[in-house]
Amino acid sequence: MPAPIRLRELIRTIRTARTQAEEREMIQKECAAIRSSFREEDNTYRCRNVAKLLYMHMLGYPAHFGQLECLKLIASQKFTDKRIGYLGAMLLLDERQDVHLLMTNCIKNDLNHSTQYVQGLALCTLGCMGSSEMCRDLAGEVEKLLKTSNSYLRKKAALCAVHVIRKVPELMEMFLPATKNLLNEKNHGVLHTSVVLLTEMCERSPDMLAHFRKVSLVPQLVRILKNLIMSGYSPEHDVSGISDPFLQVRILRLLRILGRNDDDSSEAMNDILAQVATNTETSKNVGNAILYETVLTIMDIKSESGLRVLAINILGRFLLNNDKNIRYVALTSLLKTVQTDHNAVQRHRSTIVDCLKDLDVSIKRRAMELSFALVNGNNVRGMMKELLYFLDSCEPEFKADCASGIFLAAEKYAPSKRWHIDTIMRVLTTAGSYVRDDAVPNLIQLITNSVEMHAYTVQRLYKAILGDYSQQPLVQVASWCIGEYGDLLVSGQCEEEEPIQVTEDEVLDILESVLISNMSASVTRGYALTAIMKLSTRFTCTVNRIKKVVSIYGSSIDVELQQRAVEYNALFKKYDHMRPALLERMPVMEKVTTNGPTEIVQTNGETEPAVLETKPPPSGLQPASEANDLLDLLGGSDITPVIPTAPTSKPAFAGGELLDLLGDLNLTGSPVSAPAPQIAQPPFLLDGLPSQPLFNDIAAGIPSITAYNKNGLKIDFTFERSNTNPSVTVITIQASNSTELDMTDFVFQAAVPKTFQLQLLSPSSSVIPAFNSGTITQVIKVLNPQKQQLRMRIKLTYNHKGSAMQDLAEVNNFPPQSWQ
Amino acid sequence: MQFMLLFSRQGKLRLQKWYVPLSDKEKKKITRELVQTVLARKPKMCSFLEWRDLKIVYKRLYASLYFCCAIEDQDNELITLEIIHRYVELLDKYFGSVCELDIIFNFEKAYFILDEFLLGGEVQETSKKNVLKAIEQADLLQEVSNSTSLAEVSYR
Repeated sequence: MPAPIRLRELIRTIRTARTQAEEREMIQKECAAIRSSFREEDNTYRCRNVAKLLYMHMLGYPAHFGQLECLKLIASQKFTDKRIGYLGAMLLLDERQDVHLLMTNCIKNDLNHSTQYVQGLALCTLGCMGSSEMCRDLAGEVEKLLKTSNSYLRKKAALCAVHVIRKVPELMEMFLPATKNLLNEKNHGVLHTSVVLLTEMCERSPDMLAHFRKVSLVPQLVRILKNLIMSGYSPEHDVSGISDPFLQVRILRLLRILGRNDDDSSEAMNDILAQVATNTETSKNVGNAILYETVLTIMDIKSESGLRVLAINILGRFLLNNDKNIRYVALTSLLKTVQTDHNAVQRHRSTIVDCLKDLDVSIKRRAMELSFALVNGNNVRGMMKELLYFLDSCEPEFKADCASGIFLAAEKYAPSKRWHIDTIMRVLTTAGSYVRDDAVPNLIQLITNSVEMHAYTVQRLYKAILGDYSQQPLVQVASWCIGEYGDLLVSGQCEEEEPIQVTEDEVLDILESVLISNMSASVTRGYALTAIMKLSTRFTCTVNRIKKVVSIYGSSIDVELQQRAVEYNALFKKYDHMRPALLERMPVMEKVTTNGPTEIVQTNGETEPAVLETKPPPSGLQPASEANDLLDLLGGSDITPVIPTAPTSKPAFAGGELLDLLGDLNLTGSPVSAPAPQIAQPPFLLDGLPSQPLFNDIAAGIPSITAYNKNGLKIDFTFERSNTNPSVTVITIQASNSTELDMTDFVFQAAVPKTFQLQLLSPSSSVIPAFNSGTITQVIKVLNPQKQQLRMRIKLTYNHKGSAMQDLAEVNNFPPQSWQ
Repeated sequence: MQFMLLFSRQGKLRLQKWYVPLSDKEKKKITRELVQTVLARKPKMCSFLEWRDLKIVYKRLYASLYFCCAIEDQDNELITLEIIHRYVELLDKYFGSVCELDIIFNFEKAYFILDEFLLGGEVQETSKKNVLKAIEQADLLQEVSNSTSLAEVSYR
């Protein structure tokens, strides 16, 4: 059999391939040859074959059949074999393969080899890819070599020890004795790697850190650093006039760790830091690298204020550097320090703002983040101007974050309401489609709060969407406002600017355009329809037109719109006497900070501050004069809780879906009818007087029940009776999850027999965390005037383990005290 | 340093040194994505970018070869540029004005040199002279071990 071709030849041949297919063919042929050569256990050419295999592996072809061959090469006595064998091991083997454990013995032998270059190979391989088991087995050998006087081996052993510690932190202790005179070396390689080792130990263990502080490591490091700076030109370690910048940087980093939160250490390094900060050459990258590390250290230790100012000024100078890399690290560092040294960073504000115009995306992003961090009451006008300009011209990937940032800053520091509204308008019009969904309810809430600006706001919003109604968040906010303040719009009442002349029909025109447009999302259409409806009580001449529009959408294929339209229709017909009250102007909304989902869940119910975490929907619907206790909300919370519309006028009619739930709970026997309400009493949307406590005091020990317990989901009911109304039972449900994965998008629905009325309030959240580590709570109020036995059918929907789950169940085990 | 990649303008890998344990599949995926990302960078952009939870430092040399390092949050980007620069200097000295072809045809030597400069992702020797001396000696040892066997079996 001819000798296998040489590596060089193979590379040359493969490079002549003109197509991928040709290359693949050559590779396959060669691999076959190599395989048979391996099978023949040929010692002579094994090295050559593995070398070729490594080349082909780099091209992306599989080479696993060479793994064992690498081990054989490592075990060989020839240096060439070992060199290629260890390289192969590092490239082809990783700790997941069992095969690599076989290396341990070879490495052990080679660590004790008579030739330092062989020892070096072993140390390198172990330090690069040794598994925890290998590290455990060989740590002793490494520790031995850490104490050798051979600097070539000592430096490698130090880094190998670092790897061992990273893999098996418990072994850190055994290297401690060897560190005692590591820094006494003259050899820079040993010094550098020793500093790395000490850094690793100090970072991992507070005890080590304390120990090294105690044994005066700081003065020792300071001395070494000083020597580097003060000593003359050393050709061996010089880089652009600086002596061993790699070592300087590592020492500075170790000093940072030692000085952190420690006054004495920080003081001991104060002078040297000042010296490095002022004397380092800044014309080349290497000098700036050292300055950069120095700044990081100064900012992180307990340095005196003069030093900190010096550091920030260095960063300020960096910002003006022509080298964009330097500008980038400056911005990154300033971002880290802006909280603690706010005033010092403020001084460089204009330079930072200039960086918004930089060409580099990473620099722009940092400049933006930093700019937001620097906005305060004094500079808000100027900063917002710059940031709005930035929003206009920046890349799409920034717009959402920038818009959110502007909203936040505007909210915190707005100098006037008019300015605030203007700023919001500007964002909505320039980046309207990038504004986050949760911004819409926030903005609406803000607008309702600025009572005196309503006319101005609605006018500006109207003008904004006249030209272009494609930006959904803008259109949503505009629709909502027009619905609310449309009367101000047509009456031309604006104080802040020239009022425009607008007729009722023109307003309806634009809202209808939004409804019809292909660009409008379903949610937006909902806003528009509701707005049109509201205008029926604010406009005088166009009520018939509104009626017509509403009735048309009663047969829309969009279920959301259809439902709304049908209900609004009913408002015109049967409940016309209630319409004005239902559609009255919203009151000012309280802002509740939320941790939970920020969607406004449709509840129509009074919100209960203690239990609920979702944003309370505007509860501003004024109750009609006869307050009735309960609403009829069969099924309560929405089927799709993501509807962010303000639930202004959603009367409590049973939606189509819930009729299924009620199907056979029809105790009276009469046929289930279409969307008419299932109760005798007229539906009122509110639970009337806010003063009425929701939870009453007669808890009186009604036993709780487990209503549902299946697939790891458990729902418990606890009961309370109202002391003002004996027909009311308040049920608190608690849903818990004993599985190992969270249940998300959880929706609880309930239906009761016809003689009952049900009101479901907002749930605390829509996620039930795993392992029973938290619950969702939700309140149900049941009105039972006929004191019938309570029965309930519940429907549960949620996502679990990646699939959608749904279940129906009947709850029949209500304790008598809950309904008698 | 977590890993270093060398690749051509066409996206062909010339060297890959991994200092973290990953499966072959993961390495391929990371390589593919990162190469794409870096190749898409325009000349005016800075040498740093954030990618996943790592900082990437890259340098483009000889118009056709990219040197790309992935470092951790606490590592110094600017000194990493110096590390790349030093490695190139070492290759240059060793091959005598290095070009991409040298690295293609002598990839194993490029690894040997790297392994004398870095170990476990950290710099092990800051003296250019010492690194080159070690390589020289090891090469000599290799020559000797080849010539002492009966057949002419250099793998090259």
